Amino acid sequence: MSENKNAYVREVANEQYKYGFTTDIHTEIIEKGLNEDVVRLISQKKGEPDWLLDFRLNAFRHWTSMEQPNWGHLILPEIDYQAISYYADPTSKSKSDDGKPKEIDPELIKTFDKLGIPLEERMALSGTAVDAVMDSVSLKTTHSKALEEKGIIFCSISEAVKRFPELVRQYLGSVVPYRDNYFAALNSAVFSDGSFVYIPKNTRCPMELSTYFRINARNIGQFERTLIVCDDNSYVSYLEGCTAPMRDENQLHAAIVEIVVMENAEVKYSTVQNWYPGDSEGKGGVLNLVTKRGHLRGNNSKLSWTQVETGSAITWKYPSCVLSGDNSQAEFYSVAVTNNFQQADTGTKMIHIGKNTKSTIISKGISAGRSQNSYRGLVKIGAKAEGARNYSSCDSLLLGSSCGAHTFPYIDCHNNSAIVEHEATTSKISEDQLFYCNQRGIPTEEAVGLIVNGYAKDVINKLPMEFAVEAQKLLSVSLEGSVG
Amino acid sequence: MSPEQPYVNLYQANRDSLIAVSPKVMNTLRDEAINVFAQKGFPSRKVEAYRYIDVPQAFEGKDSYAMPQPTLPLSAAQQGVITLNDEVLLNKYYAKAADNEDAITALNTAFSHECICIHLGKNQVLDRPIELTDMFASEEDQMEHKRILIVLEEGASASIMLRYAANNKTHILTTQVVEVFVGDNARLELYELEETHTSFTRFNNVYLQLGRYANVKHNNITLFNGLTRNTIKATLAGEFSEVTLNGCVMADKSQVVDNNTLIRHEVPNCTSHELYKYVVDEQSVGAFAGKVYVAEGAQKTVSEEVNQNICASDDARMYTQPMLEIYADDVKCSHGSTVGKLDDMALFYMRQRGIPLAEARMLLMQAFVGQVIDEIPIAPLRDRLHIMIEQRLKGELDKCVGCARCK
Repeated sequence: MSENKNAYVREVANEQYKYGFTTDIHTEIIEKGLNEDVVRLISQKKGEPDWLLDFRLNAFRHWTSMEQPNWGHLILPEIDYQAISYYADPTSKSKSDDGKPKEIDPELIKTFDKLGIPLEERMALSGTAVDAVMDSVSLKTTHSKALEEKGIIFCSISEAVKRFPELVRQYLGSVVPYRDNYFAALNSAVFSDGSFVYIPKNTRCPMELSTYFRINARNIGQFERTLIVCDDNSYVSYLEGCTAPMRDENQLHAAIVEIVVMENAEVKYSTVQNWYPGDSEGKGGVLNLVTKRGHLRGNNSKLSWTQVETGSAITWKYPSCVLSGDNSQAEFYSVAVTNNFQQADTGTKMIHIGKNTKSTIISKGISAGRSQNSYRGLVKIGAKAEGARNYSSCDSLLLGSSCGAHTFPYIDCHNNSAIVEHEATTSKISEDQLFYCNQRGIPTEEAVGLIVNGYAKDVINKLPMEFAVEAQKLLSVSLEGSVG
Repeated sequence: MSPEQPYVNLYQANRDSLIAVSPKVMNTLRDEAINVFAQKGFPSRKVEAYRYIDVPQAFEGKDSYAMPQPTLPLSAAQQGVITLNDEVLLNKYYAKAADNEDAITALNTAFSHECICIHLGKNQVLDRPIELTDMFASEEDQMEHKRILIVLEEGASASIMLRYAANNKTHILTTQVVEVFVGDNARLELYELEETHTSFTRFNNVYLQLGRYANVKHNNITLFNGLTRNTIKATLAGEFSEVTLNGCVMADKSQVVDNNTLIRHEVPNCTSHELYKYVVDEQSVGAFAGKVYVAEGAQKTVSEEVNQNICASDDARMYTQPMLEIYADDVKCSHGSTVGKLDDMALFYMRQRGIPLAEARMLLMQAFVGQVIDEIPIAPLRDRLHIMIEQRLKGELDKCVGCARCK
């Protein structure tokens, strides 16, 4: 048995990170380092108005007064913020006067094809509009014309700043102010590209909107910024995917996602995060330090976060919801998988402010190898949140004796009519379950895959179809090498 | 001036008189402890374990309180089990579990001048429970730093109750460090019952060390208090040991109760249980943080933790934080915590049957915390606690009950 098993383990363990290739393309990278001039340069390159430059400079000044936080259950390597380049443009060669690439370099199209994200409109068949971002620049947004006919704005945030300055100005920083935390301040100072989505009143977005983030150039940081505004009685489902090449050094990724949900509106935000996790020795990998927050402003609004986290050397993020509107509902579904030397400290915050607000948290952590996987979540019931209701459940599965699974839930209850429930379990796959599968001719490794997929099903089922398939595959690849 | 400085000054002023009356081993650790305390300072709200109470404020201005004169309160020792400042025992165990990592423990080590020792020899079994009552009857504002050492040798068995009571409404600040060493196959039930008053500030750090097959049940009952912080650290250092940490809290007015527990599973095959229940009413604040830590290699660990709370008024606040930190894979660990209100359906059912609302509410609360009391194996104590809780809910439990002093 053991010989067979080893052969299998070797085979899968040798499976490389599929998206680890690099694209050889001329990329304009600005000098490494971070100071006010760099902030000005980024703003100038993007041709931004003065108010946005001021926003960036204020954020930068605030950032310099802060210290990198260290309260996470993580060992964060020393980040030399002066050794990173803050702007890399792979489209610099083919720019026309208005700053948008005239036509995309075939090399880039090939890259995204390889990643399974075709940039041509034939994608219409699968009903997804894509905004493709490489390094610091958005390459192309598909279907934006078709969407615009319905009044939906889906474009890169740089384009939105030029075309819809009033909207951007109104909402940018309104959910995650630059003072929020260290990495939010950094992002606000140097953010490059990302997507902007505006769904007007009474509109159901006819297709899934999606942004694909790719880091390519060496020694750069990616600081994307996504802003989604869903107006009254509207609906949108938004997907986010990400990959990066294999590098020996850590790559920094500090993004901000802001979502505003108005009355009776609903937003579904799904992430399949597959940044390069580092090699089996724990070398390299992306540091994924992201601030994601949704503000449920309107009554009866709804926001749902679904995340499948398999990549990144370090994941430190808490997609959160501020439930201000009465009867608003928030959901958080997460599967976080860590293997080898990966570290994850992730979870959510549910801040109940409005009356009769409801939130649900389902978190599944799976740790293998020598990884550390933590769930950290806050449920806060404000004094005025009459009848608030929360249910949280976080389960951890341990595969291997050298990994760790941790749970740090916080419940702050300031209202006597609220009902808050939290439960958590930690266990390994039971011998009984394995035995049952073995008995029926399923080898142990496959059985583990089966059980893990079943375990994560609650969350995977919440993902849109295309992502669900991808996520399921990812789960198997991320884990199988570790089972033994 | 920093909030710590008055205490450092107070220490310097009293150092000689403390040293004069204390056993040698206590004196040797004093200077270092005060230095560590001065350096660390009172934990602020930014310190994770103390985020729910304002420690510097709790100690503010209390340095002017009278320091009690060293006394020898123990005239009648029970079967030679209880002694004061047993040098042999102190040399072996004093400050071995309670390190200076916690600034409050460091402060206590610097100031405490005597140590109550409870020692059970090998296979010694006590047929009756021991009750130690800490009665504060001082007429003036007072500060106390208490120290208790409990050692159960191999195979010993005991039930011990530590009771904290106060019968004057003077302002009192106490810190207490209890170190408990439970040897292989030994069994201990340790009860702590607080029924003090609203101007009482109490910091209590309990360290439990368990050997192989040891079994410890710790019951922590807060019926009436001012500001109370209990830090309970249980270390399962011998295989097949089992620890139970139970507690219940009834708080109203502007009382604050913060229980912070840590169960460390250092070796395989150990079991831990935890059940804490709170009823917070009026403007009171309840906080519970319970961490279960499973070290690498501590396989076959079984741990369950339950924390249930009722917020009974608009202004009451409850904070709960049940945590798991696990570095071994073959474990079964779970925790659950809830914050809720009294069941409307149950209230309606009782009112339908002619039970007035106030009484129905009381019955429900009583039943709610009763679960913790029901787990107590000593029947007379269980009954007494049930009665005390009922009186507490009726508002009849003013100071203390069942104590000869008040009768």
